Amino acid sequence: MPTFVKRLLFAVLVIVALLGLNAMLSTEGLFGFGLDDYYGRLLTFIGINVILAVSLNLINGFTGQFSIGHAGFMAIGAYASAYLTVYHAPNWEPALAGMVGADAAHVLIFLLAIFVGGLVTALAGLVVGIPSLRLRGDYLAIVTLGFAEIIRIVILNIDKVGGATGLTVPGYTNFVWVGIFAVITIVVVHNIVRSDTGRVLVSIREDELAAEAMGVNTTRYKVLSFVISSAFAGIAGVLFAHYNKFLSTADFTFLRSFEIIIMIVLGGMGSITGAILGAAVITILPEALRQLPTIALFGQEFNFADLRLVIYAALLIVIMLTRPQGVLGTSEFGMSWLRRAQKRPAGDEAVGASAGVPIAERDESNTDPDKEVENK
Amino acid sequence: MKRILLTLGLTAALLANSACVRKDGGPTVANDTGAIKVGVYGDLSGQTSSFGQSTKNGVQMAADEINKAGGINGRQIQLLIEDDQGQPAQAATVATKLVNQDKVVALIGEVASTNSLAAAPKAQEGRVPMITPSSTNPKVTQVGDYIFRVCFIDSFQGAVMAKFAANTLKAKTAAVLGDVNSDYSKGMSQYFEAQFIKLGGQIIMRQSYTQTDPDFKGQLTSIRAANPDVIFVPGYYGQVGVIAKQAKELGINAPLLGGDGWDAPQLWELGGEALRGAYMANHYSIDDPSPAIQKFVADYKARFNNTAPDAIAALAYDAMKILADSLKRAGTSDGAKLRDAIAQTTNFPGVTGMISLNADRDAVKPAVVLKLEPTGRKFIYTETIQPEGAAATATTTGGAPADSASPQTAASPEGGATGSSGTTGAGNANANANGNTNTNANTNTNAGARATP
Amino acid sequence: MDTFVQQLINGLTIGSIYALIALGYTMVYGILRLINFAHGDIYMVGAFAGYFIAHGLGFALEPSLIGFGITLLGSMLVAALIGMAIERFAYRPVRKYARMTTLITAIGVSLLLENLGVVLFGGAPRSFPQLLQNQNYTLFGNAAISKSQILIFSVSIALMLLLQWIIYRTKVGTAMRAVSFNLNSAKLMGINTNLIIAFTFALGSALAAAGGVLTAQYNPQIYPLMGIITGLKAFVAAVLGGIGNIPGAVLGGLLIGAAETFVVGYGQSVGIPSTYRDAVAFSILILVLLFRPAGLLGSTVQEKV
Repeated sequence: MPTFVKRLLFAVLVIVALLGLNAMLSTEGLFGFGLDDYYGRLLTFIGINVILAVSLNLINGFTGQFSIGHAGFMAIGAYASAYLTVYHAPNWEPALAGMVGADAAHVLIFLLAIFVGGLVTALAGLVVGIPSLRLRGDYLAIVTLGFAEIIRIVILNIDKVGGATGLTVPGYTNFVWVGIFAVITIVVVHNIVRSDTGRVLVSIREDELAAEAMGVNTTRYKVLSFVISSAFAGIAGVLFAHYNKFLSTADFTFLRSFEIIIMIVLGGMGSITGAILGAAVITILPEALRQLPTIALFGQEFNFADLRLVIYAALLIVIMLTRPQGVLGTSEFGMSWLRRAQKRPAGDEAVGASAGVPIAERDESNTDPDKEVENK
Repeated sequence: MKRILLTLGLTAALLANSACVRKDGGPTVANDTGAIKVGVYGDLSGQTSSFGQSTKNGVQMAADEINKAGGINGRQIQLLIEDDQGQPAQAATVATKLVNQDKVVALIGEVASTNSLAAAPKAQEGRVPMITPSSTNPKVTQVGDYIFRVCFIDSFQGAVMAKFAANTLKAKTAAVLGDVNSDYSKGMSQYFEAQFIKLGGQIIMRQSYTQTDPDFKGQLTSIRAANPDVIFVPGYYGQVGVIAKQAKELGINAPLLGGDGWDAPQLWELGGEALRGAYMANHYSIDDPSPAIQKFVADYKARFNNTAPDAIAALAYDAMKILADSLKRAGTSDGAKLRDAIAQTTNFPGVTGMISLNADRDAVKPAVVLKLEPTGRKFIYTETIQPEGAAATATTTGGAPADSASPQTAASPEGGATGSSGTTGAGNANANANGNTNTNANTNTNAGARATP
Repeated sequence: MDTFVQQLINGLTIGSIYALIALGYTMVYGILRLINFAHGDIYMVGAFAGYFIAHGLGFALEPSLIGFGITLLGSMLVAALIGMAIERFAYRPVRKYARMTTLITAIGVSLLLENLGVVLFGGAPRSFPQLLQNQNYTLFGNAAISKSQILIFSVSIALMLLLQWIIYRTKVGTAMRAVSFNLNSAKLMGINTNLIIAFTFALGSALAAAGGVLTAQYNPQIYPLMGIITGLKAFVAAVLGGIGNIPGAVLGGLLIGAAETFVVGYGQSVGIPSTYRDAVAFSILILVLLFRPAGLLGSTVQEKV
C-alpha cells in the first residue's frame, strides 16, 4: 500500500475512533451504551494532558533542556484566548453567524482562539526562551519555574480576566476537538523528532559541546524547540479554558508544572508513547484512588480514600525507585506499524535512546536488561 | 517488559472500573426510595483545607442529627464527601463525579467562591441543586437557578463594616489590608471601600498579602506610616491572628476590622492580647447564650476533639439543615421540585441566624458586629446591621449578655419587632419568625424581612 | 527614616530565615547536584516537631530560655533524622540515575510529607506557643524591633558561623568539600561518601528545622503546607547567591527578604502594588542570572570536552 493511503487510513481511523467515543459520551450513547460526563471529563483531560506532556517532552526529553514552567505557558494560552472569546468574539459573532450559521461561527471562533492562543504563547516562549536558554541545567529549570510563577502572579493582578475570582469562559471545546489536537501534537512532535531538526535536538541533548563543535547553532535550535513546545502548551491551555468553562490562576500553579514533568518522567523521557501513557496514568490515578474503600484494621476504621494523596505520592516514589528510567524508558510502545509506514533510514534506533543522561555521566553498569529487550 | 504489562494492566483495570453504563436515553428518574445521597465537596488537602475540613464537619454533624431523628420522611441521608484539593478544575471534576456517577440529589460545597464558580455549572447542567455554605461572591448564585447560598454576600458584609467604621467608630481614614489570592477578601475590600468613601471617609492605604506570606510587617510598617483611623483586614483567621500580633509589635493602635472569615478558635491562639479592640462582622457569635447555638457549639466540641466551630462549620451545618428541611417539604428528591422547595426557604432558624432566601437565591440575614475581648476570649455584641431594603428591621432589646461590657449602640432601634421569645431548635421546618441572630439572649429578631436588595 | 529602618529590619528578619533554609538547598546541591524539593517541607516538619516538643514537655505554658533551647535543639534533631532517612530510602537508591529521576523522587517525597502532614495534623493553622516572653524595643523614632526578631538574627548568625566552622575547620567538613568537588575521586581517597552525604542532609535539615522554629516565634501560624512557598523562595535565594556556594546562600536569602519587604513597603509609590511580592524574588533571580549565569557568588565552571 502506498504511504499516503496508509496515512489517510490512519487519519480516518482516528476520526472514527474519536467520533465513536464522542457518541458514547452523548446522552443517547453509542448503540445504547455510553459513558457519563465524568468519564467524558477524564478522557478530555487525558487528551489535554497528552498535548502538554508530549510537547514538554520535545524540550525536556528530546532536546535535554530542563524546563519546568509548562503551566505558565498553558496559562498564557488559556487567558489570551479567553480574553478573545469573552470580550471580543461576542461583538462580531452575530455578524459571522449571519454569514455561515451559528454552529459554524462557533467553530470558526474557536479555531481563531486556538490560533491566537498558540501564537501568543509561542511569542511568550520566544521572549522567555532567548534569554533563559543560555543557561544550563538546573539554572534553566529554576528560571522557567520563575517565569511561570511571574506569569501567574501578573494574571492574578489583571482584574479584567477575573483576578482572584476567576473568569467564566464559553464552552466551545468538546472531546473530539481535544482528541484531534492531541493527535496533531503527537504527529507533529513525532515528525520533528524524526526529521533533521530532531537529530540536531537529540545531538544537543547527548552532548551540547560536541553539537556545537559540529557547527550546530545550539541556541537557535534550543529556542526553536522551546517555542514549539510552548505553542502546544498554549493550545492545551485554550482547550482547557473552553472545556472547563472557567479559568482561575489556582489551576496554573507550579504544582501543575510538576504534574506534567511527572507525566513524562513516569512514562519515560524521550518517548512519545511514554508521555501519552504518563498523561493517562497521572490523570486517572488520583481519580481512581477516590474509589478506595474504608477498611477496618486493628479495630479502627481506615478510610483509604482520605489517604489517596499520600498513596499517590508514595506510588510516585516507588515507581521512581523500581523503574528509574520511566515505564517505557526511551523506547516507543506499539508504534512499529506506524514507523514502518514511513521509510526510515538505518540507525534510527539511536534517536531517543539515552533517557536524557549525557553520555559522559552514563553509568554502563546501570542499564536495565529489560531495556535491551524493549528496544528490539 | 513484565513491568510494562503490569502498568498497562493496572491502567486497564482502572479504566475497566469505569465500565460502560447503559444509557436510558432520557434524564434519570428520581429515585424516591433508599438513602438520600448528598454530595459534599471541598478542599480537604490543599492550601485552604482547614475550610474544607470545617465544612465537612458541619455537614456531617447536621446529617447525623437528622439521621438520628429518623431521617427525612423515613429515609436516611448518605453523605458522599470528595476532596478537590482547592483547585477549581478539580472542584468541577468532583462535582461532575458526584452528579453523574453517584447521582446525588444535592450538592453542598465550596468555601472559596472560585471553586464554587467552577463547580456550579456542573450542578446546573445536571439539574442538581447546590447550596454553597460560604461562597460570598455575588456571581456564584448567578450561575443558574439551581445554585443557592446560606451566607452573606461580599457587598453586604463589606458595607456593614464600612458603616460601622464611619458611623459608630467615627473613622475618617482607613487602610485596607487584603489577601490578594482570596476572592472573598477582594470582594469585601471593594465594597468596604465604596461604602466608606460614600460615607465621607478616605482610603489612605491599600496593601495586600497572601496566605503563604511568612510575615506581614512590611505591609504593616507602611500602614503605620500612613496612620489611619481604622484598618480593614478582610482575611481569614490564620493570617489575621498574626497580623494583629505583628501590628501590636509595631505599635499600631488603630482598631482592626474584619468579617466572618476571622471566626475561629485559632484566632485567639494566634493573636491573643493583640486582638483587643478589634471588631468583626459575623452571622452569629459562639458566645451567644441562646440554647440552640450553645447546643450546637457544645455538640460540635464534643464530637470534634474539643475544637470550637468556626463560622464555616456553622454555615455548613445550616446548609445541610436547610437542605434537609427542603427535602422534607418537597417530599421527593427530584431536582426541580427540590430546587423550588429550597427557593421557598423563609425564616429558617439556623445557628447562623434567621435565614430567608431571596429571589437571587442568596441568604438574607442581618449581621452582628462583635468586639473582640481577649480576656476570656469573648465576642462582645456591639450592634446588628440589617440588610439594605429589609422590610422590617430587627431590634435589640435590653438584657445585655452577662459577660458583655456595654453594647454601644443598637443600630436600628426603630424596627419595632415583636417576635415572641425563645429560639426554635434548628431543624424545625418552617419555623415561625423567631430566632436568635445576635448575642442577646432575649433578643427577638423579627426577620420577616424578605429583603429584595 | 524610621520607616525605612523598620522595613530594613523586617526584610532582614525574613531574609535570615530564607538564608537558613537556603543553606540546606545549597549544601545538598553542592554535593549531589540534586534540587531537594522536599527541603521546604523539612522546614515544616521542624516547626511541627518544635510544636509537639514544646507542648509535650510543657514549655508552651511557661516561657523560658531553656525551654526554647531544648525545643530548638530537639526539633533540629528530629529533622536531621528525618532528613537522613529520606536520603537513605528515597535518594540513595536513585542517585546513580538521571537527574530527572532524582528530581521526581524529590517532588514525590515533598508531596508525601505535605499530604502526610495534612492527614496527621489537619490543614488548619495551629498556633505555635510563645517560648520566650516577647518584648518590643524601640530603636529610635518609630522603629521597633521585637525580641523574636533579635532571636532570629542571633540564632541564625550563630548557626551560620557554626556551619562555616564545620565546613572549613573540621575533618568532616573537609570531606564534605572533597565530595562536592568530585564524588568518585573522594571515594577513591577513602572517604565514606555515603556517610558524608547523610551528614550533609542531617546538617541541612537541622538548619531548616531551626528556621521553622524561629519563624514560628515570629509568625506563630504553622500548617502542613507552610514549606512550599517559603522553601521555593529559599531555593531561589540559593540559586541567586550561586547554588553550591555557602556565603552565596546567605547573601541570596538576605537580598530576597529585603527586596520583598521593600517592594511591599515602597512598591506602591513606583507603581508596583504589594500584590507582586511573590513575583519579586523570581524577577530578581532572572535578572541576575541573565548577567551572572552562575549566580552572584558562584563561579562558572568551564566545561571540559
